[in-house]
Amino acid sequence: MAKKGMVGIWADEHKLISAAEKTRQHGFRLFDAISPFPVHGLAAAVGVKRSWIPWVTFIMGITGTTVGWAFQYFVAAVDWPLIIGGKPYHSLPAFAPVMFELTILFGALSSVAACFIVCGLPKVNPPVIDPDLTCDKFALFVPEDDVGYDPEKIKTLFNDLGATEVRAAEF
Amino acid sequence: MVKRGQLVLGNKTYKDITEDICRPVETLPGKGWLGLFLSAKATLLFYIFVLAMIIGNGMGLMGVNHPVGWGTDIVTFVFWIGIGHAGTLISAILFLFRQKWRTSIARTAEAMTVFAVMTAGIFPLVHTGRPWFAYWLFPYPNQRGPLWVNFRSPLLWDVFAVSTYATVSMVFWYFGLIPDFATIRDRAKNKWRKHIYGALSLGWRGTSRNWNHYEMVYMLLAGLSTPLVLSVHTIVSFDFAVAQLPGWHTTIFPPYFVAGAIFSGFGMVVTLMSIVRATFPNFKDYITIDHMEAMNKIIMTTGLMVGYAYGSEFFIAWYSGNPFEQYAFVNRAFGPYWWSYWIMVTCNVIIPQVFWFRKFRRSIPLMFIVSIFVNIGMWFERFVITVTSLHRDFLPANWGMFNFTFYDIGVIVGSFGMFFTLFLLYLRVFPAISIAEVKPVLNVGKEDHHG
Repeated sequence: MAKKGMVGIWADEHKLISAAEKTRQHGFRLFDAISPFPVHGLAAAVGVKRSWIPWVTFIMGITGTTVGWAFQYFVAAVDWPLIIGGKPYHSLPAFAPVMFELTILFGALSSVAACFIVCGLPKVNPPVIDPDLTCDKFALFVPEDDVGYDPEKIKTLFNDLGATEVRAAEF
Repeated sequence: MVKRGQLVLGNKTYKDITEDICRPVETLPGKGWLGLFLSAKATLLFYIFVLAMIIGNGMGLMGVNHPVGWGTDIVTFVFWIGIGHAGTLISAILFLFRQKWRTSIARTAEAMTVFAVMTAGIFPLVHTGRPWFAYWLFPYPNQRGPLWVNFRSPLLWDVFAVSTYATVSMVFWYFGLIPDFATIRDRAKNKWRKHIYGALSLGWRGTSRNWNHYEMVYMLLAGLSTPLVLSVHTIVSFDFAVAQLPGWHTTIFPPYFVAGAIFSGFGMVVTLMSIVRATFPNFKDYITIDHMEAMNKIIMTTGLMVGYAYGSEFFIAWYSGNPFEQYAFVNRAFGPYWWSYWIMVTCNVIIPQVFWFRKFRRSIPLMFIVSIFVNIGMWFERFVITVTSLHRDFLPANWGMFNFTFYDIGVIVGSFGMFFTLFLLYLRVFPAISIAEVKPVLNVGKEDHHG
């Protein structure tokens, strides 16, 4: 799955943001930034849209509520109805806590699952451009299938933008 | 103008942060850690012995009997579950409130939550007397009808609340650890470390597309954990409040339990952070006196809240005009268990008042002592609620006392062995401060910071 491309490495996250903006202005679309921690404004500079995962959380949360209600209804009013504590078979207020807990459980687990799927995790031995990219260095990677990919042009561009290192890499 | 305090001391660079936080993972332990670990481990072995005796011989070894049918197991269960709540408060609620100082303590507080809930989880199982049937707590299709669990019982709500809490806390904790595992993987010189942390990191690489989703999910988990943590102790309090027993049947219980849980949890966080600061001196730049002071303020505030609840309970008992309710409270404070009540009041309401003074809020030895008292006081709060209410209810013919046995003391002491063994191992194998979260707040409060 690894793609070939050009990588530029920066030592400062502020320079990385302006470099990402410039790279985007040059027409590149598939490039990505790599940083050791989430940098404010970087997603916008790369052109990444707001995450859609909250929709997963919302829908799965509601599913959790519904499953919680339906299961308790089935158990207490359909499969083996029993009068307990003089309450009706369908005693909704008493079902609320379990419905609530299942809402949270479904919402939380599905959000994490969605994030793993969309990020392609787990990855087995993915190529590492530079081990310091999880420590104190920042990078931009332009894959070879990006619009108007030209190694020489990218090298000049990144050098002009203050990259400390520019080279071909696999990512 | 109110100036922000510096969150990370000592003019660190990003590289320094990585080095400092990874050091305990990458070096052999020192004498301090080893000493603590061996004593914790010895206590854990003692705990295993005590549990084996109780499970092997039966509940008769413990003090529960008529009329006190809920004893040490339930008291200590509520105690440990409560401890966990501060961890979620720090990692989730303070995150939603954008309290940046939480970053350096969130990881360890969340670890405390996970281990406290694991420790707590053993107690209800032991309390049932037949822990090998623990799976009966869950609604699964069985050969008995199927005869389902009773969804109208607060005890069953508790099963769902605690298991959801344990699951979501662990997922939240692990999710936060992924980028830091990747950092350790990329630094690793040793093949085994590279493989193990590589697997734990799930191949995380930190692209902006991944961070974009990651930050969103982190916020969603914080947003989901916040009502969850409040619901857990609310439901624990329902175990008592839904019963008809004077002293338990109170509408104040849910907020009172939640405040108490946060109070006790912060007590434990301060205890643990003092130990972390002593064991890993280079963490003092991250877990600063300012952090400790902020936590002490929360201890004092929540201590006042539980103090208010103690007073309010007495007032309502008097105001209700119900003689049983009135007797239950007078009996708490002046009956045969008067000592437990006054230990509770002293430890939870009176002693934390020293934190009105800035000097005391910033003294590590003093806050360590106070936090130990808070832990003791909060154990006794649950003891007072559980045992003093049960030991004298409506009919004097039903009155009796709770007799501690060796095994009651054994499970209390032993459970600390389990908790500290897990916690000390955690400090050595996981990055105890969130590397990826501390780096963005590095410049908070620095003079030359722009933008």
